[in-house]
Amino acid sequence: MMASSYNAKEEDGHHSGASNNGGAGVVKSKKPDNTAFKQQRLPAWQPILTAGTVLPAFFVIGLIFIPIGIGLYVTSNNIKEYEIDYTGADINDACYNCAKNFSWNSTTPCLCSVPFTLEQPFESNVFMYYGLSNFYQNHRRYVKSRDDSQLNGDRSALKNPSKECEPYRTSEGKPIAPCGAIANSLFNDTLELYHIDSNGTRNAIPLVKKGIAWWTDKHVKFRNPGGNSNLTVAFQDTSKPVNWRKPVFDLDPSDPENNGFINEDFIVWMRTAALPTFRKLYRIIQKKPSTTPTLPSGKYVLEITYNYPVRSFDGRKRMILSTISWMGGKNPFLGIAYITVGSICFFLGVVLLIIHHKYDTRNNSADIPS
Amino acid sequence: TVCHICTGEENWVDSRTIYIGHKEPPSGTEAFIQQRFPDNRIVSSKYTFWNFVPKNMFEQFRRVANFYFLIIFLVQLIIDTPTSPITSGLPLFFVITVTAIKQGYEDWLRHKADNSVNQCPIHVVQHGKVVRKQSRKLRVGDVVFMKENETFPCDLILLSSSRDDGTCFVTTASLDGESSHKTYYAVQDTKAYNTEKEVDSIHATIECEQPQPDLYKFVGRINVYMDNEPVARPLGSENLLLRGATLKNTEYIYAVAIYTGMETKMALNYQSKTQKRSAVEKSMNAYLVVYLCILISKALINTVLKYAWQADPNRDEPWYNDRTEPERQRHIVVRAFTDFLAFMVLFNYIIPVSMYVTVEMQKFLGSYFIMWDDEMFDEEMGERAVVNTSDLNEELGQVEYVFTDKTGTLTENNMEFIECCVDGHVYVPDVICNGQVMPGATTMDMIDTSPGPGAREHEELFFRALCLCHTVQVKEEETVDGIKHGIHQGKSTSFYISSSPDEVALVEGMKRLGFTYLRLKDSHMEILNREDEIERFQLLEVLTFDSVRRRMSVIVRSSTGELYLFCKGADSAIFPRVVSGKVEQIKARVEHNAVEDLRFISLLVIDRNPVYYNQHACPFWSNYSAGFKGIINTSQPVQEEAELNTSLCFPDPSPHDRLQEKAADTIESLHKAGMKVWVLTGDKMETAAATCYASKLFRRNTQILELTTKRTEEQSLHDVLFDLSRTVLRQHGGMTRDSFSGLSGDCTDYGLIIDGATLSAVMRPAQEDSNSGNYKEIFLEICRNCSAVLCCRMAPLQKAQIVKLIKASKEHPITLAIGDGANDVSMILEAHVGIGIMGKEGRQAVRNSDYAIPKFKHLKKMLLVHGHYYYIRISELVQYFFYKNVCFIFPQFLYQFFCGFSQQPLYDTAYLTLYNISFTSLPILLYSLIEQHIHMDILRRDPSLYRDIAKNSLLRWPIFIYWTVLGVYDAIVMFFGVYFLFDNTTFTSNGQMFGNWTFGTLVFTVLVFTVTFKLALDTHYWTWINHFVIWGSLIFFVVFSLLWGGIIWPFLNYQRMYYVFMQMLSSGPAWLSIILLITASLLPDVLKKVICRTLWPTTTERIQVGACSYMLSRIFFRIASVIEL
Repeated sequence: MMASSYNAKEEDGHHSGASNNGGAGVVKSKKPDNTAFKQQRLPAWQPILTAGTVLPAFFVIGLIFIPIGIGLYVTSNNIKEYEIDYTGADINDACYNCAKNFSWNSTTPCLCSVPFTLEQPFESNVFMYYGLSNFYQNHRRYVKSRDDSQLNGDRSALKNPSKECEPYRTSEGKPIAPCGAIANSLFNDTLELYHIDSNGTRNAIPLVKKGIAWWTDKHVKFRNPGGNSNLTVAFQDTSKPVNWRKPVFDLDPSDPENNGFINEDFIVWMRTAALPTFRKLYRIIQKKPSTTPTLPSGKYVLEITYNYPVRSFDGRKRMILSTISWMGGKNPFLGIAYITVGSICFFLGVVLLIIHHKYDTRNNSADIPS
Repeated sequence: TVCHICTGEENWVDSRTIYIGHKEPPSGTEAFIQQRFPDNRIVSSKYTFWNFVPKNMFEQFRRVANFYFLIIFLVQLIIDTPTSPITSGLPLFFVITVTAIKQGYEDWLRHKADNSVNQCPIHVVQHGKVVRKQSRKLRVGDVVFMKENETFPCDLILLSSSRDDGTCFVTTASLDGESSHKTYYAVQDTKAYNTEKEVDSIHATIECEQPQPDLYKFVGRINVYMDNEPVARPLGSENLLLRGATLKNTEYIYAVAIYTGMETKMALNYQSKTQKRSAVEKSMNAYLVVYLCILISKALINTVLKYAWQADPNRDEPWYNDRTEPERQRHIVVRAFTDFLAFMVLFNYIIPVSMYVTVEMQKFLGSYFIMWDDEMFDEEMGERAVVNTSDLNEELGQVEYVFTDKTGTLTENNMEFIECCVDGHVYVPDVICNGQVMPGATTMDMIDTSPGPGAREHEELFFRALCLCHTVQVKEEETVDGIKHGIHQGKSTSFYISSSPDEVALVEGMKRLGFTYLRLKDSHMEILNREDEIERFQLLEVLTFDSVRRRMSVIVRSSTGELYLFCKGADSAIFPRVVSGKVEQIKARVEHNAVEDLRFISLLVIDRNPVYYNQHACPFWSNYSAGFKGIINTSQPVQEEAELNTSLCFPDPSPHDRLQEKAADTIESLHKAGMKVWVLTGDKMETAAATCYASKLFRRNTQILELTTKRTEEQSLHDVLFDLSRTVLRQHGGMTRDSFSGLSGDCTDYGLIIDGATLSAVMRPAQEDSNSGNYKEIFLEICRNCSAVLCCRMAPLQKAQIVKLIKASKEHPITLAIGDGANDVSMILEAHVGIGIMGKEGRQAVRNSDYAIPKFKHLKKMLLVHGHYYYIRISELVQYFFYKNVCFIFPQFLYQFFCGFSQQPLYDTAYLTLYNISFTSLPILLYSLIEQHIHMDILRRDPSLYRDIAKNSLLRWPIFIYWTVLGVYDAIVMFFGVYFLFDNTTFTSNGQMFGNWTFGTLVFTVLVFTVTFKLALDTHYWTWINHFVIWGSLIFFVVFSLLWGGIIWPFLNYQRMYYVFMQMLSSGPAWLSIILLITASLLPDVLKKVICRTLWPTTTERIQVGACSYMLSRIFFRIASVIEL
């Protein structure tokens, strides 16, 4: 303030004078540069949204969107999907007893089987999902309850998991691997599918468990500590999650490459779902080389090893069989949305055309006298 | 009459007593209690090294926005919140640090300046010797010895100078920019003491008022004890040397310090300047409050719903999602409060810290376009527009009332002596032949064309009077000794300097009429008369011009011993004092000339014999200035003075003032733009009215309403006011507002003329008797319906009062004051926007203004182009910022309904942090710097476009609500679009599933694109910069997302985003839904734009289409001509 601020101002003046035009008179240095930018006269494109310019755009959008929408809708309708709720909530359900008598401590697995009929054959690859409802995998406390360093094979994190894993961090004085609520609540029902042919014999349908998780998750994000060589040693001095029946290095007895943190079922589970009703990829039923459909129409039985309780929180468990197109599973939304938006655009185009014709002439005539 | 107002303003502050040289007054005099005064240390710096951090932090966090973000940050640190503290801490830290560095640097500069000022050596007389002291150790009462070209360290009373007449010359260039030398006078009784020994022997006390910020006002009294007998002398501003001024043309002076350090007038002046805030800023703050309410209610709703939902323990704590033990034990109230805070944190991005930064940057950078403007550069002066504050750029587009000064603003203030009239004879200097004055032949008011011998005597006395009654200084060329006295040889090696150009014009005019003023030497004024003889007049008293008396007087003694009192001033100040002479003829001439746009200075010559002076005048004179306590109200001496006179003749010199270039055009444009232009001037009515006609403020068909003393003498003020309001309202009662908004040619225009005296009567607070009523309201009502108002005879303070009155009227219009002189400063400071003209009357107006322009004509571009652009730009900036944050945060709010109200953020931390900082910040910043919705030539050509943005029209509540609703709509489309896409199905071709982070990323991608495209749709001016920034920031978003998800980041403790973006892009439906959702989001806005433009186009929009089709037709024409060839 005061004298000093005057000084400062004068200094400023000198600076600008000096920088603009070294040595020249003050008068000359004050003249602004005549550049297009400084005079705000940069060459520019000046588009204006008028009915005239927008009209074609509306029609074009309408003409493009409606066919896309129809295509999407048809594609979605051609996808075959079959869904079974095997929660056992109702007394008539096959799994009612398993659901009712569920106990964390029981050592004998509870088995139940649900028969069902496919009216239509499922062509090409069929994807088998399990679905859960009312399961808040996106709850904040749940989402953050994991240790990505541990899952990435970090040895120090293995022994000393992140605080975020509480209260699933240690058990019996040993660090839990994998720690956290997500890992602890790993979906552990076993689903098996049998085709009952015309003779009444049960043929097990081969379920492929490779390729259900993202490639990058399986190969980069999730890693076993110390490589895949000897998992039992690697997971020494760690404890299994409290709700698990078997330790992490023993998840898949059939395939040693599918054990530890890189177990694909585990990886799929660890990708927390966005909404409380969700499905996760369980198995893939590969297309047969012959012309016969992957799942011919007929009778089937779903064999369930019922380990996963959902009744306490009013949850639901489902098994879904679905074919997949280029646009994924059955979802009419996108097609309908495209058709709707396209029609609206087209309709608005027509409305605008009328308005344009009616009022533009009026405006022009009104402009003339002024 | 004018003094009615002044008396009210005069607050008598407590007085202070100063002992010169710290010598106690002799006993027996009134016992004064010695007051304590501060030392002369100037502290303009705010901080010291130690308190910088805490004090600066405190200052910064006093801003509501910063404090809010600090609270959010602290909450994030303390409780377990959904987002990491970095998301709000980083931007806040950045903003605070940058501001702190800037302020620290500025303060460091101030410290340096303070030190150099405080430590600069000054010379003080102590015990008869001159001692060097540091400036800061100077105390009140010290006698200071100053040499030529030194700057005064504090406010001083001049005791004596090296000049025999006890005067010194001072330039106040660093104070108010006036480089002319001003004369200051030593106290008469001490002016002889001009060695340090003698000065040390002065025994005197000074009584004066406590420091006041008014630079031009000072009253005090010095008691000089001669042989223990006190002699009291008055002190006025002519004795007071202000801190910051520089001693010139005087070898040395002795002076006594009376105000030191922070109490100097200069220091006081700088503290009182307040910051102005623009209307846009006010609406922005209102919106902020709305958003704060939205934020709190969102958090509240979610908290309540959370606990309602969680009432079932299986939802609260299902087996798969246990709480930790300490959390479980926390009290429910604490938990609920923590949850509330966590929701606040989650949604806090709705009020972005970056908005403040962007707005500040926009204002700061944007103001450069004003300074850079080539068209606002004046070749003649070599000056360009100056921006003193960038806070008000957009206010330039909102002006409704323009208050302009006349002299120097509308007119050139280039005075030229045109003619004078003595006893009814008109003299024109151009018609001089061989020193013979020829009476002008063109006048019709002349009674007799050949002045008799008596007339000649009068005439010569009059010319002498003009030569003597002024405060002009003669500036001599100091370079060559040989021509030092060039003026004696009639060479123009010397020139006149004065604070008022009228005086110079008059003295120069006299030179052409044969009487040359030479100089003031030893209190004798020397004149070279027609016979080339030097006449000497002893200057006895000078009563300088002030705006209250509106005249100046001198008393001189001629060589023959005759005493003369010459009085010069505005004719309204002079005529009432005239006792004899041909008053009527002169009045007629004055009125005749007024129409020709001349300015009058009338002169009163009073002849007194010495006896009378000694007996009456002298005591009166000393009375007048001596009793500083009693007679601050100047009306009293004025009356006495009037009684003294028996006048001789009443001449009337009229300097002519030319209208500034393009002033009329500018005023016309302002009118068309819907602004009301008021001219506030100190001039007389006729002159001012003539200028108004010349500048097209009044047109031929304008009906002039007069509210002047003349009319109020006939009728009571009450009746006049009601009469006028009836006239005005009858006219406008029948018309709708719309028809009035048309061009002003269609209907009767009203112009109001009011003078200072009547105004003060109107402004006087309502008396208790109901009859007087509240005139202000009626007056305002009249003014509202007049397109032009002329206020003449205004005192500077009245100018500010008028501005204040209009500002406070019920529509709260935005006012702009423009002026060039010190008398306009008060109104410049009062108005919403103050503009200074770099005129001839010093730089005070420029210093105090918000913007300064070289010429009045530049106002047109300033308002119609720059103001319009800035307003459009900043309103879009503000609305867009709120819009894009609604779009940003509302999906998070919706997501809470699907994640058990657990405060799960929808987007990743990086997206939350960078959304406002980098993904969407640059396009809007650049838009707000270079958008031009209409070409600037069209804006200038068609001022009526300015009406489209009047009354803050782009920031009204309906528009704000439209933007907010649009934001909510977009958010709903984005969120539910993605929701239904994700709904319990897959949309990859390999059957794999996506998680919650893909959900958020998809919403976010649509969001960034939608919000950027929305801005692209609003952009009317696509330069390469816009293309670069808009497409660039979208590309940046994509590249950033690819990178962010492409690597396992070792420093992060989570890898949730790993490959999420890429996996999303590998899915066809994701692409399709992005396109669909962007289209659906933008559709309503496009539709609204097109329909509004077609059905209810604003003028602006019509012009845009016109300009567009014009361009198109030109292109077609060119193509056609090419084809023909």
